[in-house]
This record gives sequence, structure tokens and C-alpha cells, in this order.
Amino acid sequence: MAWLLDVYRSAIFKKAVMAVSGLMLFGFVLTHMLGNLKLYFGPEEINNYAEWLRTIGKPALPKNGALNIARVGLLAAVFLHIWSAWQVTRLSRKARPQKYVKQATIQATYASRTMRWGGVIVLLFIVYHLLHLTLGVVGPEGFEYGDVYNNVVLGFRNPLISGFYILANLALGLHLYHGLWSLFQSLGLNHPSYRALRRPIALAFASVVTLGNISFPLAVLSGVVG
Amino acid sequence: MELDAKVPSGPIEKIWDQHRFDMKLVNPANKRKFEVIVVGSGLAGSSAAATMAELGYKVKCFTFHDSPRRAHSIAAQGGINAAKNYQNDGDSVFRLFYDTVKGGDFRSREANVYRLAQVSVNIIDQAVAQGVPFAREYGGLLDNRSFGGAQVSRTFYARGQTGQQLLLGAYQALERQVGLGNVEMVNRTEMLDVVVDEGRARGIITRDLNTGEIERHAADAVVLATGGYSNVYYLSTNAMNCNVTAAWRAARRGALFANPSFTQIHPTCIPQSGEYQSKLTLMSESLRNDGRIWVPREGEDQRAPGQIPSDERYYYLEERYPAFGNLVPRDVASRNAKSVVDEGLGVGPTGIGVYLDFASAIQRDGRDAIAARYGNLFDMYERITGENPYAVPMRIYPAPHYTMGGVWVDYNLMTTIEGLYAIGEANFSDHGANRLGASALMQGLADGYFVLPYTIGDYLARHLGEEKASVEESAFAQTENEVRGGIDRLLSINGKRTVDDFHRKLGRIVWEECGMSRSKEGLEKALDHIPSLREEFWSDLKITGSADTLNQSLEKAGRVADFFELAELMCHDALDRDESCGAHFRLEHQTEEGEALRDDENYRYVSAWEFTGSGEAPILHKEELEFEYVKLTQRSYK
Amino acid sequence: MKLKLHIWRQEGPDAPGRMEIYPVEDISPDMSFLEMLDVLNEHLEAGGQEPIAFEHDCREGICGSCNMVVNGRAHGPQALTTTCQLHMRHYSDGDELWIEPWRATGFPLIKDLVVDRSAFDRIIQAGGYISVNTGSAPEANLIPVEKDTAEEAFDAATCIGCGACVAQCPNGAAQLFTSAKVSHLNMLPQGQPERWKRVEAMVEQMESEDFGACSNYAECEAACPKGIGIDNIARMNRDYLEAKRRRGFGD
Ligand SMILES: Cc1cc2nc3c(=O)[nH]c(=O)nc-3n(C[C@H](O)[C@H](O)[C@H](O)COP(=O)(O)OP(=O)(O)OC[C@H]3O[C@@H](n4cnc5c(N)ncnc54)[C@H](O)[C@@H]3O)c2cc1C
Ligand code: HEM
Ligand code: HEM
Ligand code: SF4
Ligand code: F3S
Ligand code: FES
Repeated sequence: MAWLLDVYRSAIFKKAVMAVSGLMLFGFVLTHMLGNLKLYFGPEEINNYAEWLRTIGKPALPKNGALNIARVGLLAAVFLHIWSAWQVTRLSRKARPQKYVKQATIQATYASRTMRWGGVIVLLFIVYHLLHLTLGVVGPEGFEYGDVYNNVVLGFRNPLISGFYILANLALGLHLYHGLWSLFQSLGLNHPSYRALRRPIALAFASVVTLGNISFPLAVLSGVVG
Repeated sequence: MELDAKVPSGPIEKIWDQHRFDMKLVNPANKRKFEVIVVGSGLAGSSAAATMAELGYKVKCFTFHDSPRRAHSIAAQGGINAAKNYQNDGDSVFRLFYDTVKGGDFRSREANVYRLAQVSVNIIDQAVAQGVPFAREYGGLLDNRSFGGAQVSRTFYARGQTGQQLLLGAYQALERQVGLGNVEMVNRTEMLDVVVDEGRARGIITRDLNTGEIERHAADAVVLATGGYSNVYYLSTNAMNCNVTAAWRAARRGALFANPSFTQIHPTCIPQSGEYQSKLTLMSESLRNDGRIWVPREGEDQRAPGQIPSDERYYYLEERYPAFGNLVPRDVASRNAKSVVDEGLGVGPTGIGVYLDFASAIQRDGRDAIAARYGNLFDMYERITGENPYAVPMRIYPAPHYTMGGVWVDYNLMTTIEGLYAIGEANFSDHGANRLGASALMQGLADGYFVLPYTIGDYLARHLGEEKASVEESAFAQTENEVRGGIDRLLSINGKRTVDDFHRKLGRIVWEECGMSRSKEGLEKALDHIPSLREEFWSDLKITGSADTLNQSLEKAGRVADFFELAELMCHDALDRDESCGAHFRLEHQTEEGEALRDDENYRYVSAWEFTGSGEAPILHKEELEFEYVKLTQRSYK
Repeated sequence: MKLKLHIWRQEGPDAPGRMEIYPVEDISPDMSFLEMLDVLNEHLEAGGQEPIAFEHDCREGICGSCNMVVNGRAHGPQALTTTCQLHMRHYSDGDELWIEPWRATGFPLIKDLVVDRSAFDRIIQAGGYISVNTGSAPEANLIPVEKDTAEEAFDAATCIGCGACVAQCPNGAAQLFTSAKVSHLNMLPQGQPERWKRVEAMVEQMESEDFGACSNYAECEAACPKGIGIDNIARMNRDYLEAKRRRGFGD
């Protein structure tokens, strides 16, 4: 079992964990965004969709059964992702405690250099977001459990809330842009034939998610939705 | 002192095998009881240390570098010879042997050279198995090229980084043994003396370059693999820290120093650009295949090279040597460059340089063809000089490159001090008066992988069961005191001039008088100047800082002090050798064509010098050379 | 030309360090960067001050000794160029330069600009070799190597062990160096028998030194004077994960 210990200690393994959990999280935000597109088709559509999510597998599973399973998976991914990010960050801080008096960056992208703070912003966003749209404990009066459409529209009518969503999603976009490119590197998936495609793929997926997500508050603010 | 080369008798192709059979062996259990010190971690040192550790000896390896991988061997570019005859072009062990003896202008020991050619093939096998990425053909097999005017293609190469890749192979083998606990690797530590007791080497005294600590190390045998001394000239193609200190301190303790004046000057180096110049960079000799060498016919010609019409250009090699033209051998090309510069025809800001012009080649073959052949070299040239060689002729000038001379060793690579060995460029080697291209790497690795590990066993076996050397012995204390004394002396001068200043001046004297060409008059002048400069050194040197921290000036000062004594010996040697041979060119002895004129009657010997004291006349011991297998001939390039 | 240099001075590993200002004059554009420092050092020494300790040897870009961070860039501004091969013609009169040592916990400082890079040797000791005792090698041409493979392995093998990758990496990670050696040996047929063991041992040694983890910044690749690419890092990651999989679950 010594190998397990070695594996556990290894930063390369932690990066692999981060990559896999990151990929899972990405899978979630992508589908979440696609699902949320139903906002454009009116309250009926999106509310039914939300209801459907809660009742997948019925009657074999109880209400929220499938959802809860997904929630547990998601929670695990978030935990593993943050745990590995934390470990790796700590290691790196220790390895480079002293900055250069004159700093310079040669080719590292802005996205790569902001992964840590970007991650923290995303985390704060998620907390806020859950309190806002899942639990309804923050944000404007009138939250109604199950009335997803109204909850969203009510929230986004407030420019401050919308602003925060937009900013947070831009941060997530950057995080995804580097992350989606980086995870191939971390997992050693660098076949020469696909190497050149990694950047464009990362850019495409990060843009789709980000543009989709920020379109919602913008649509509400501009009156297209709501 | 009687010089016995200990060459076994018998037919030359058999003696190494027979000798290996005759030598005493040490059984595996006993090997662990022997400790061997290896100083140096270049090709010779790394390969020897790794191999002896594999055999079971306890090895301690020292280098002043911060890692064994930084030894100067890393910089060798061209390639390594081996008599594999993969190209089916008629090569053989005997031909490599023959070419090497002849190339050395008949001043090397036949038996040693033959053995070198024999083991050359094993080196390639070893290196390939280690993962050295030699150039390959599309079929996956090894590629060769011809090098340095050889008529067969026997040179194995790894792009322009053959030395790097071979050294990394040996370094990795060494680090493997370090990891296994068989070698103790001591980095950043300079050997400052060898401890000799009753004629036997017992250990060394070192200085830890980080802390300044002086330490004693005892062993059953000591191996010097400390490289060459071209830096006596101050400017050379060698790395900045190459020096003669280890070999010289051994010489001071009684090891004879052989053929010190046999130094090789490489014709195609980037010339000095100013007084501040710290080293010279080698450009591959292959450039002469397509470049034409010329200078303006009139001195002081300030025009840009492109503006000088062709009838006002002096293509001196083509005119002087119509048959070989720009492809004359290294020493001929070098001497002619010096002669036109001495006539005042030199080019460039310093007037010390000649043009190597690719205009005709570019016109003939097109720019792309030239770029494909020499692109890397052109880039390197441009990086250093800021000039574009596609548009403006390159400027080149000869520079010291390799030292054939070194510590005298017998057939077993043992010096005249019992138990003290010298391998690689540090010994006086197998190259006679001139080394062929791609043969130094071969010799370093032959010594380290395949010769020394055997011969040292014979010596150790004879001392099995004897009492071990101990650092508590008085010889250690005494030697340590002398080392400390030397350091204190350097630090206490407290004069006004820097080490580099002295080194530059010394280098200039040696370069002028004991460089590409030598004369009685010049050498006597040098023997006059060097001692007085040495005295100034010992009275006006300035070193700041202390002895108990990293102090690079102090390190340099110790090395330059040794260069002073070596330089004097070089001049004595060159003066004594009243003939020309190989790289040793005495102006008094040349054929009508300006070729080196040997005097086999009187000088067919190795000069092995005994040190008698700083500033004292050294004593010459001669090892007469016999040539049974190679016919003595005179070369001609007209 | 005239320059204003800010240079890191530190007497020893535990002494406090600081940036000192040295104006230099009469710098020729043909000088190399290190020759410029030589001139400064001779000047300092003649004036009774201690010269700046810096590491160098071949001055041809191959030994990997020289190590300076100039204006935040390991080996200075010119791509694919070691400090020793950098020439002053890339600067102009009046420029201000900040010269600092490699900064990484894995490379403890010894003095001024000199650091201890012995961690690299220990990584090689752990497995950066092919186990073949002298004399036991088979005839060289019995091991054919595909030309492309040989070339790719060579690209990785050109690493000079300078440590610029670590110095430039914001994480102080030694991934590029380690992966270059893993790639070189793991790609060749000679390297196959020890392939999985090698990558495990080298990675674990690397991680036990004080180096950071890789966040795929790719700064190392940009600073590397030999153009070693981060593809090697991916290759090392894959081999490491695969080695661990094999160890846990068999081939
Ligand atoms: C630019 C250039 C290109 C060359 N190209 C070729 C080529 O293409 N083919 C070829 O065959 N040859 C070539 N040569 C020659 C060849 O590289 C050398 O002769 C050879 O590498 C010397 O190896 P070595 O092991 O004897 O010494 P080195 O590699 O010089 O090693 C000396 C070692 O000794 C150590 N050392 C020295 N003194 C001390 C001390 N006092 N205390 C502790 N350690 C000490 C050093 O740290 C170092 O580790 C070239 C040389 C130069 C300069
Ligand atoms: C939906 C949310 C998230 C997604 C989709 C996501 C995705 C990713 C991906 C794909 C990577 C690249 C992994 C690799 O290099 O192999 C990554 C890296 C990273 N993530 Fe996230 N992440 C998310 C949330 C977070 C959160 C909440 C944090 C922290 C609080 C975080 C911190 C990091 C950090 C620090 C890295 C880079 C670590 C490094 O390589 O040094 N991420 N993320
Ligand atoms: C503008 C963009 C977004 C909108 C409009 C939106 C909307 C919603 C809504 C309405 C819910 C509640 C669903 C329900 O209770 O049925 C929800 C839940 C959730 N959202 Fe979002 N979201 C957005 C972006 C994000 C992002 C970027 C993340 C992650 C980084 C995220 C993570 C979550 C999570 C984790 C839940 C809880 C899921 C559960 O019930 O377990 N959302 N979102
Ligand atoms: S990978 Fe590049 S930067 Fe790193 S040590 Fe090797 S040569 Fe230097
Ligand atoms: S810069 Fe550092 S983070 Fe990785 S890609 Fe290079 S080691
Ligand atoms: S001094 Fe050798 S690489 Fe710079």
C-alpha cells in the first residue's frame, strides 16, 4: 500500500484530481447553462424543466433522488477540486516565497496567472448563488420555491446582483479558458495530432459557457426576458 | 630518475589482451576495501569513477564545478572517432591507429595508440546503450561523417553537441553510482595538492569553494582527470575555469610533466573584439569547405569588405597552397593567418582577424543551400558578433584549443608517483605532437571506461592487506600546512593589480612566443619576461574578500600562480625541442614549403620534465620512441 | 554606453541580501553580458571592494553554469539564449537593469548570484539513467532507433541543467528539467525496461526537493535557452500516472 501513500503525496496526482474534478464541474456548468437557456422560452418551460430535474427516475427514485445523487457528486468534485488546488498552491508558495524585485511575465496567459483568485471568486459566487436561487435567503423579496423563472427575473432586475453575476461569470470564463487547456497537460493527453487544437477548444467552450451565462442577467436588464 | 613506460612486449595487436590477462585481479569482496579518489568529472573522470564503482571499489569523486555535468567536455562539438567501419570504407583498428600516430607527427607511443584504437569500438556500444542520441540514418542505424581530413568516415556525432551528449551519458552513469552509494560525489571542491608519502600517492588536500574549508582525503590511489591547460594563454576556446592546478601541483610533488609545449591552435575561432574579451568561441572547421579565406592586399584598408575588388584581395591560402587551398590542415591554416596579420593585413576593429567569405558559395549554391549546411553556425556567429555572415564575410582567427602535453604516464596510465594516475586531457596522452579531430573524446572515454579500471586493479592488488593511508599521518598535516600557506600568501600580498590583469599579460607572452610558431630568440625573451612578471604577481596582486567564503578571485589567483610556472616550463620545453613537429613549429625548422621539419634523429622522444623549484631550471628526462608499425614520413600539402 | 545596474548582493546563505546600485561606463555593444560584469568586477576589486560572485564557465551556452535573472527574465531578454551568450548590443545607453539570482526554495542561495542547484543532480541520481554497466553493452547497431524518435529524444536531451525553468516558474517548479530527462530516456528503446520505475523515482525525488507544482504556466518553456517544450511535462505526467496505475492494478 506504500504506492497509495506515494500517490497521495504526489503533486502530479493532485493535479490529476484537480483536472478530473474540474472536468466534472465544467460538465455541470455547461449543462446548467444549457438548461438555463429555457429561460428564453418562458416560465412554463423552465419551471417544468426544474420540476423534471427533481423527478428524474420517478417512481423508482424518490423525489429529488437523482438530483441528490448528482448533488453529492458535485459536492465531492467541488471538495476535491478545492482540496487539490489548496494543496498545490501551498506547495508552490513554499517553493517560491521571494518574488523578484523586478517582475516580468514572458508568455503565461492572464488566465493562468489568475486561477487562484479566480477560483476564490467563483467559490464565493457559488455560495452566494445557492443562497440566492436555491435557498432564497438573500436577494429581493418574493422568492418562491419552484418558481425558477420568477426568482431569476426578480433577482436580475437588480443591477447590483446582475453586475455581480456578470463579473463572476467573466472570472469563471477565464478560469475555464486556462483550465480546459491545462487539464490535458495535467493528464498527459498531448497527442501531437490534437496539440494545436487544445487552445481553440478551450477558448470555444469557455466562451460558450460565459456568453450563455452572462446573457441571462443582460436579457433581464434589457427586458428581453421578464 | 629512470623512465619506464612499462609497455609489455609482444605483437602490438595482442599486448593489451595479454596484459589484461597478466594483471593481478582483486576479488569482489576485497574491492570494497579499496578507496579510490578521482579528481575531475569530465568524460575521463565520470567514466572512470562510474566504472570503478560498478566494479565494486569505493570511489570519491571531486569537481570544482557545481555539478559533474558542467565539466568542459560538455562543450565538445564535432564528434568522436571509432574504428567501427560501419560505412564499409576500409576503416579498421589498424588504420585508426596508423592515422593517429601519423597525425601526431610521430611523437606518441605506438602501444598506447593501438590500444586506444582497439577500445574505441566499445565506447560507441557503451554510449548507445546509455541512451546517447547519436545521429542515425533512416534505417535506424548509426550515421558517420568524415572529420578533420580523415579519408574514412569514422566519426560518430550528436548534432553539434557530441561532447554534451557523451558527458551526460557518463554523468548519468556516475549519478547512478552516487545514488547506489558507491560513489561519494564532492562538488564545488577544488583539489589543491596531492599528498605523497614515501613516493606513493596517499590522498589529496582540497578546499571547499563555498566555505573555504581545507580538508584532507586519504585513499589507496588517486586519479587526476582534470582536463587541459589551454587557458595558460588567457584567451582560448576552453571554459573559463579550466586550469592546470591539479596536474601542476602533482608535478611539484614529483610527477613528471610531458611535452608541455605541445598545444593545438584551432584555425577557425571568432576573433577577439576588444581588451575585455574573456574567451574565444570555436566555429566548426567544416566552414572551410565552402568559405574562402582572404585579407586585403594592402594594409590599413578601411573599406568595407564588399567594396574591395577581387584583384585587391589576397586569397593567401589558395595562392600559397594551390592543391589544398582553404582546406590545408589546422596548423598550416593557423600559421598563415598569423603571418598575414603580422604583416599588417589583418581585418576587423582590432586588425587581428582574416575574412572567411561565403559570397562565392552563396552565389554558386544559393543562400538556402548554405543555410542548410551552416545555419546554426551562422546564427551563433551573428549572436556573438552582431554581423550577418550571409551578407558580410565572417572574421576568424586561430585560438588555443587543446593541449597534447600533460602529466607523463606509463602504459598503465600511472604517473611517476606510485598510485597517482592521470587520464583524459590531463595526461600527455596518445596524440603526440598534434591531435586529430574527434580523438580527444575517444581518448578520455577509453581511459576512463576501458583502461584505467583494469590497470588500477593491478596496482591495488599488489597493496592488498597493507595498512591504509590515514589523514592523521604527518604527510597530510605537512601538505595541508603548505596549502594553507599558499592561500595566506596570496591573500597577504595586498598589492594593486587584479588577477585577470596578470593573467592577460602572461597569456599574451605565451601566445606571442610559445603559440602558433616559436623561435629560439622569442622563447628566450619569454623566459626572461615570465619570471619578472611572476615576481610582480607575487608582490602586486590584489585580492579582496577572505579565504573562508566563496571567493572567486582567490580561486583564480591560485590557478594563475600555477600557470606562471607552467608557462615557463612550456618555454623551456619548446626551446629544448630544436625541431618542428606537429603543432610545435620552430621557425628555424621548416621545409621550403613552410612545413614542420622534424628531426627524428635527435628528437624522437617524449620530453618529461622534472620540476625543481619555482624559477629553477627543470630537469629533462627522455622517453625514446620506437616506431615498429608506422613508417616515419614527412607530410606535404602543396 | 552607460548603464545603471541594480545587483543582488548577499554575503552568504544566511546573511540578509539587498539590491545595490552600480553605475557602469564605457560598455561596448560587442561585450557579452558576463564580460560587462567582468569589467565591473575588475573595477570593484581594484577599488578594494569584493567582486560580485556569479557562476559561469563555458560562455558558449552549453555548460549551464551561468544563471542570472535580468529584469525579471531568466537569462535575460533574448529567446533561446543563455546569459553568457547575451550581448550588450541588445541594450542601449542609459538603460537600467535589475540583476538577480535564481530564486527558488529548491535552489538555496550561496552568495550574491550563486545558488546551489544540486537538487538537479539528486533527481538524476534517482533514476535519470539507463542501468548499463561498462562492458555489458551490446553491439551498438543491434539497437536500431527510428530516426524521428532519436531526434525527438535528442530535443529533450539538449537540456543544459541551468535551472532557468525553475527560476522563471512562478511556482518554482522543476517540471521542465525533470520531464526533459524522463522524455529523453523514456522515448528510446534502450530506456524501456526502466521506463515506469524511472519516472516514479525521478518525480518523487523532484517532489521531495523544495520545488513547487506545475500549474501549466509555460513560463519555463519561454525561458529555457534550449527550447525544451512543455509537451515533455505532459509526457512525464502521463508516464507517471500510468506507472502508478500499473503498480496498483498491474499491466
Ligand atoms: C570548444 C571545444 C570543442 C571540442 N570539440 C571536440 C570534438 O569535437 N571532438 C573531440 O574529440 N574533442 C573535442 N574537444 C576536446 C575535448 O573536449 C577535451 O579534450 C575533453 O573533453 C577533455 O576531457 P577531460 O575529461 O579530460 O577533462 P574536462 O572535461 O576538462 O574535465 C575536467 C574536470 O576536472 C575538474 N577539475 C579540474 N581541476 C580540478 C581541481 N583542481 N580540483 C577539482 N576538480 C578539478 C573539473 O571540474 C572537471 O570536472 C573540444 C574542446 C573544445 C575546447
Ligand atoms: C465551476 C467551477 C469550476 C470549474 C469548472 C473549474 C475548472 C477547473 C479546471 C478544468 C482546472 C484545470 C485543472 C488542471 O490544470 O489540470 C482548474 C484549475 C484550478 N481551479 Fe478550478 N474550477 C472551478 C472552480 C474552482 C474553485 C471554486 C476553485 C477554488 C476556490 C478553483 C481553483 C482552481 C485552481 C487554483 C486551479 C489551478 C491550480 C493549479 O494548477 O495550480 N476552481 N479548475
Ligand atoms: C447567470 C447564470 C446562472 C443562472 C441564471 C443560474 C440559475 C440557477 C437557478 C435558477 C438555480 C436553482 C435551480 C433550482 O433550484 O431548481 C441554480 C442552481 C444552482 N446553480 Fe446556477 N445559475 C447560473 C450560473 C451558475 C454558475 C456559473 C454556477 C457554478 C459555478 C452555478 C451553480 C449552481 C448550483 C451549484 C446550483 C444548485 C443546484 C442544486 O440545486 O443542487 N450556477 N442556478
Ligand atoms: S529545461 Fe531548459 S531551462 Fe530547464 S534546466 Fe534544462 S535547459 Fe535549463
Ligand atoms: S512555468 Fe511552471 S507551472 Fe509548469 S509549465 Fe512551467 S513548470
Ligand atoms: S557559462 Fe556555460 S552556459 Fe553560460
